[in-house]
Amino acid sequence: MFPLRLRDVRFQPNGRAILDGVDLELGGEGITLVLGPNGAGKTVLLRTLCGLLEPSSGSIDWGGGGRPELGVTMVFQHPMMLRASVLENVALALKPHGIARRERHQRAAKVLERVGLAARAGDSARQLSGGERQRLALARAWVTAPRLLLLDEPTASLDPSATAAVERIVREIRTDGTRILMTTHNLGQATRLGDDVVFMSAGRVREHAPVQRFFARPSSEEARLFIQGELPWRMNF
Amino acid sequence: MSAFATTFADAFSLLATFDQRAMEIVALSLRVSGAAVVLGTLIGLPLGACLAIGRFPGKHALSVLINGLMGAPSVVVGVVVYLFLSRSGPLGEWGLLYTPGAMVAAQTLLVVPLMAAIARQVVEDTWQRYAEELRAMRFSWWQSVTTLLYDCRHSLMVAVLAGLGRAMSEVGAVMIVGGNIDHATRVMTTAIALETSKGDLPLAIALGLVLIAVILALNAVAFAVRGWAMRRYG
Repeated sequence: MFPLRLRDVRFQPNGRAILDGVDLELGGEGITLVLGPNGAGKTVLLRTLCGLLEPSSGSIDWGGGGRPELGVTMVFQHPMMLRASVLENVALALKPHGIARRERHQRAAKVLERVGLAARAGDSARQLSGGERQRLALARAWVTAPRLLLLDEPTASLDPSATAAVERIVREIRTDGTRILMTTHNLGQATRLGDDVVFMSAGRVREHAPVQRFFARPSSEEARLFIQGELPWRMNF
Repeated sequence: MSAFATTFADAFSLLATFDQRAMEIVALSLRVSGAAVVLGTLIGLPLGACLAIGRFPGKHALSVLINGLMGAPSVVVGVVVYLFLSRSGPLGEWGLLYTPGAMVAAQTLLVVPLMAAIARQVVEDTWQRYAEELRAMRFSWWQSVTTLLYDCRHSLMVAVLAGLGRAMSEVGAVMIVGGNIDHATRVMTTAIALETSKGDLPLAIALGLVLIAVILALNAVAFAVRGWAMRRYG
């Protein structure tokens, strides 16, 4: 599956360029943070990689093959919660994997322990708080042991302790060998979690650099302005 | 005592003594309508869900057809089933005409469009919220259908109740394909029609009371279950 190479990927519904020639190469390990202002095309890039959107043109090379159907999954900013228990919501993700119901529940129970929701396995998923819902969504992705996990602002609107819990889980998923591509507007989170940063604006990748170098010496003027616009109240570089 | 009060007193007396004839009619009604609703649920709900999430040529035409059939007169459905099941019809050799089986078939045809149309609306709303995530999890089309039906199960009780109400209250189709034969195909609605025409009002009223009581009881149970489910699952 890796290296994952995007060449001149464009997404132009009704002629409006949302992805305007994205070139990007991702290796097989680590956490890549996708940064950029609103409307930069970050979420569309993730949805395209997940297969939810078809690029208008360009190519995506998954290490020489096609996109592996069951190796890529995505966690959304507002994850859906079925009207069912927490355990059933996690086990749900294994349905397309052709795993028997009992086995699905056993695997789901193990992952719930790892995300700290084992005690709530029998509760209704819709009774969970925002932070717990995101942990459930991460568990739902984790239980499938994906090769590539796409996270779309998983900590948006979460309080600091819920954010910390989500970040801890993201690190653990990475340690398990999953490649992670994640969007965020939280620059502090980018420095805590990221190995490298992809900076996007106006549908293009303007910069792809290791996280420390990106924040210390951004090579593009747009990235520098973006960081300066966020830094006064986010970080103390 | 006025004739009106006497009639009601006789009707209650029939119910209180579990009049064998009345109970036989009630039992057959419940069996026939129950079977039709079970079949309608198995066909109508998945059909509605498929219409909600499927993309295929003729989808809109099929939706319009199903919506239109919701209001199909039961006598027309009865005549169609009669033509199919009559001795010279394509299914005549099954020998179902004037049996409870024919009545189940007719009532199933009546309730399927109603249940499918309601299910389509309920599932479509949920599908719009879940579609991307189910696709991201690589759910197949059929897995999405079953998952959505499960998720909407409490709302879909409305469809099942609507189907039950239509099945139990209709008279035209079962009269045509069942023949209203005593001890064989006589159900509450056909018996009420017959007994009223004969002037035997106590039995007609007794059966009417049972009919209303059954529908009210089922609605009450469904309402309670839905309330509990909403509190439990949101």
